[in-house]
Amino acid sequence: MIRLLRLLFWIVVARPLVLVVLGLNVRNPAGLPEKGPAIVVANHNSHLDTFVLMSLFPLRLLGALRPVAAADYFLKNRLLAWFTLNIVNMIPIERKVGRETDPLQDCITALGAGDILLVFPEGTRGETEALARFKGGVARLKEQFPDVPVIPIYMQGLGRVMPKGEIALVPVVVDVFVGASLPWTGSRPAFTHAMEEAVAALKAQAPARIWRH
Amino acid sequence: MSDLPIVDLDMAPNVAVVIIAIYVLLVCASLFTWALARRRPERDYSELRQRVRTWWVIVTLFAVAIALKPVFAICLLGFVSFLAFKEYITLIPTRRADHRVLFLAYLTIPIQYYWAADGWYGMFIIFIPVYAFLILPARMVLIGETEGFIRAAGTLHWGLMTTVFSLSHTAFLLALPAAGNPVAGGDGLLLYLLLLTQLNDVAQYVWGKSLGRHKVVPKVSPKKTVEGLLGGIATTAVVAVVAAPYLTPLARWEALAAGLLIGAAGFIGDISVSAVKRDLGIKDSGNILPGHGGILDRVDSLTFTAPLFFHFIYYLHY
Repeated sequence: MIRLLRLLFWIVVARPLVLVVLGLNVRNPAGLPEKGPAIVVANHNSHLDTFVLMSLFPLRLLGALRPVAAADYFLKNRLLAWFTLNIVNMIPIERKVGRETDPLQDCITALGAGDILLVFPEGTRGETEALARFKGGVARLKEQFPDVPVIPIYMQGLGRVMPKGEIALVPVVVDVFVGASLPWTGSRPAFTHAMEEAVAALKAQAPARIWRH
Repeated sequence: MSDLPIVDLDMAPNVAVVIIAIYVLLVCASLFTWALARRRPERDYSELRQRVRTWWVIVTLFAVAIALKPVFAICLLGFVSFLAFKEYITLIPTRRADHRVLFLAYLTIPIQYYWAADGWYGMFIIFIPVYAFLILPARMVLIGETEGFIRAAGTLHWGLMTTVFSLSHTAFLLALPAAGNPVAGGDGLLLYLLLLTQLNDVAQYVWGKSLGRHKVVPKVSPKKTVEGLLGGIATTAVVAVVAAPYLTPLARWEALAAGLLIGAAGFIGDISVSAVKRDLGIKDSGNILPGHGGILDRVDSLTFTAPLFFHFIYYLHY
């Protein structure tokens, strides 16, 4: 039942929104993973980022797509929690780390089950078209699963569609740049740095389309 | 909404005949590009063939929309405006402060097409040139960001005028009183305009490819030639005169003038969008139409021909 609802939401709401109202222009779509397990890391400007990332994959992979997001934000009320956990199929992460449990445990389980994790390593929606420092969680996962591909993606335009704090949606075609899988570098800080560099390099390919302010 | 019926399948016979003729043309184009690709396997004709295939889709969409007249056709035209305006907004730099202004600008699209469907000419003709022109910059100054104000207000209004106001004249053709065009009604006028505008593009391309020597505006569009331009205009004028008695109330000399107008204005519309792209340093406006590029690349000529043809026929016959 939930799977049917999820599929319906996807076909009736999310895909038309991303593909018709916004529109995608994907460079190097062949670089996307064709099956799990895999980790996709992308920059984060808008709530719609998740829908855009999920729209890059064919519908048959819908069940395997697991966006990773902040538990404190998305589980703050019951309706939102039901929607994000069941329809978006999100993995909630505790941002305030306790010592007794591993906050990444659900991600590890999901990768073990062959899912595709969609992660925003900036940890929050930043300023439009500016990259923030990446958090270290993905490097910890990569250390544990060195054979799981980590694919960097840069999305441009979503900060103009619905920036943080705005509720009006402004249709803009979204440019998506897919990079090459990042190899394990032997150390966690070095890997996090390599991810930052990879996303920044994709960003450099994108034309600047916003004036200052 | 006025008393326009939602579905009206009794298409004027002349319109049906012309649509069939367009399909015959498409079959010829498909066969020709197929033969070309077979005769010269060493050359890559995939983009040309892709372009013809996209034409099949466009023609079919419009044929269906015209059959389901007129609300569906007006909605389809409004959707084309939306796609064109979206491409334009995507390409131009915008100010962060103008987020809500851009949202308001999008709202003008359904409103403008509503005036067209309603046949309210007075409102249709001033809504964007007067009201949107005043209200959007007013919203901008109330937000209070002055840096880049002229540039932001100017680029936004240029986009609305071309992709929404100009293109919406295609929709108003459908709301003109049927008595003005006994042979084919508003459908006939719309079909006449679309056929001539798109045919003019193709004819200018074909004449330019086969005879082109002298460049017209090398700085804007290096592939455009005098030979292509004149050949295209002449072809369009001939087709305009031949098709006029079936689709329009135009007398022969009026049809000739309409053909010359559409040929010349189509060229200017085409190179205007080229100038925009060149200014922004890009090649195609988008990737929604395989083989063509973006919607703006396809409707560029129409942004100039639609209002000019509309007012030409409105002055003479309504």
